[in-house]
Amino acid sequence: MKMLWTLALKELRDGFRNRWVAAAIIVLGILALVLSVLGSAPTGSVRVSELDISVISLASLSVYLIPLIALMLSYDALVGEFERGTMMLLLAYPVTRWQIIMGKFLGHVMILSIAIVVGYGGTIVALTLVSGSGTEGWQAYATMMASSLVLGAVFVAMGYLVSVTVRERATAAGAAIGLWLVFVVLYDLLLFGVLTMDEEQQIGQQLFSMLMLANPTDSYRVLNLSLFEGISEAAGIAGVASEAGLSGTLLISSMLAWIILPLVTTLLVFQRREL
Amino acid sequence: MTQLTNQPVVSLDAVSKSYGRETVVSDVSFNIQSGECVVLVGHNGAGKTTLMKLMLGLTRPTSGSVEVLGGNPAFGKAVAQHKNLGYLPESVALYEAMSGREVLAFFARLKGVSVVDYEQLLETVGLADAAKRRVGTYSKGMRQRLGLAQAMLGNPRLLFLDEPTTGLDPGLRHQFYELIEGLHEAGATSLISSHALSEVEARANRFIIMKSGVVIASGTLDELYLQAALPVRLKIAVAPGLAGSVAERLGSEINISAISDTTLSVSCFNGDKMSLVRRIGELGDLVDDLQIKPPKLDEVYSHFMNRELS
Repeated sequence: MKMLWTLALKELRDGFRNRWVAAAIIVLGILALVLSVLGSAPTGSVRVSELDISVISLASLSVYLIPLIALMLSYDALVGEFERGTMMLLLAYPVTRWQIIMGKFLGHVMILSIAIVVGYGGTIVALTLVSGSGTEGWQAYATMMASSLVLGAVFVAMGYLVSVTVRERATAAGAAIGLWLVFVVLYDLLLFGVLTMDEEQQIGQQLFSMLMLANPTDSYRVLNLSLFEGISEAAGIAGVASEAGLSGTLLISSMLAWIILPLVTTLLVFQRREL
Repeated sequence: MTQLTNQPVVSLDAVSKSYGRETVVSDVSFNIQSGECVVLVGHNGAGKTTLMKLMLGLTRPTSGSVEVLGGNPAFGKAVAQHKNLGYLPESVALYEAMSGREVLAFFARLKGVSVVDYEQLLETVGLADAAKRRVGTYSKGMRQRLGLAQAMLGNPRLLFLDEPTTGLDPGLRHQFYELIEGLHEAGATSLISSHALSEVEARANRFIIMKSGVVIASGTLDELYLQAALPVRLKIAVAPGLAGSVAERLGSEINISAISDTTLSVSCFNGDKMSLVRRIGELGDLVDDLQIKPPKLDEVYSHFMNRELS
């Protein structure tokens, strides 16, 4: 446990040193600030709280941004150390390979947590204090923050898998972008296309649910946009989750599986790897 | 140096390693006893680094068995033993963005070494003043010193040093060997790979000469001289003008390589050396001085290399 902590702390320090943490906080903070301020305009007389609006806009954008940040943190984590030669030295120390993976994971998740808590959380707390608006809907906002962290962890784990399988850092960067495109953009585009063409409704409720669960970014979207009643109405996708039979637990479990699976695979590949 | 126990610290038995079709290490067997300082000599690509990686468990042998500190180092099974181990890789790569102190502190924590100890090490390798600077700004020599400091964290029982003195100036080289000697006096065992034969000649207990993944010779310096059967050179100083008559009196069977007015350079095989020395002694006052020069490790090394060629 002490080993894990030492390894995680190193990643965290690296994150602070190379301004990663600061950059992520600023990006997420500005995003939260702009969307909350802009978002408060159209609420008008509708019975939607400002926080709910913030959740909708923030969640819609986080789906793109959080995976990107997570992948940028993680794609280099292993291949970079192989390429520079520091892994050889690290492995000559009394650390096991799983400790190295888990230590890095812990460190990177801590970086994401800080960025999300300070960037998203800090901004909204400051805004609430300044404007004196209500805290109605804070549960949805908290859920959005927590699930953003889980989404980030998913892509950190996926980034490791890329990082342990390729031979060069440049390849890892390319593969990470590819991963992002597939999970964040192409999957939904394809699904949307298929659903539009599917006039005879061959894709049933069940298949649709499966497809939502199969992609962690969609799980995240459904979780944040349609699980809370006020939000799902405002987001225009009322009842999607309940009709599709997707509960919060199921969605979170699917995302957790998307963390564990790549992490375990990374470890197995790393164990076999010869330096 | 220290008492040798029966259990070898490192034991390789018929170890071979191939990457695809290419064989980098082939049928290598040797033991290293506790307290020994063994030097691996060989050209680039002879398999020295691969051997060290095998002993560290960074890679697995294709066949044969490796045992280090009583366990199989392959793949994490003997990771706990790494507490007793120090490794300095060839052209060491350290975390560039961290300061020297941060790097050493990180490694010290992994090894469970106290703060005082690593601060002292920084002092020892002469990096105390540069400790706060980023490793990225270090010169080659400073990196090597930092690499050395991390290898010595926690007074390891076993040291693997891959080309440890490259990039060090002569003063530092000397200091480095003193550090190693200190560790040896404390009972450490070390395996050093080196090109700098003249440096290691006087310091190692034993040499293992490798070529293209095969051990072509091994033993102490004396054993290697005998195996190589290289001639010993004698330099005889005589009174002016007497070189010719001295040569005559030594007889026709000796091998004279150079002759001048006052000196005579002679070579002979190790077995004939004593009888030649006796005959020189019989010459009495004719001889002013006598120097006996055994072959250097360089010569022994190139002898074995060339023998393999032919």
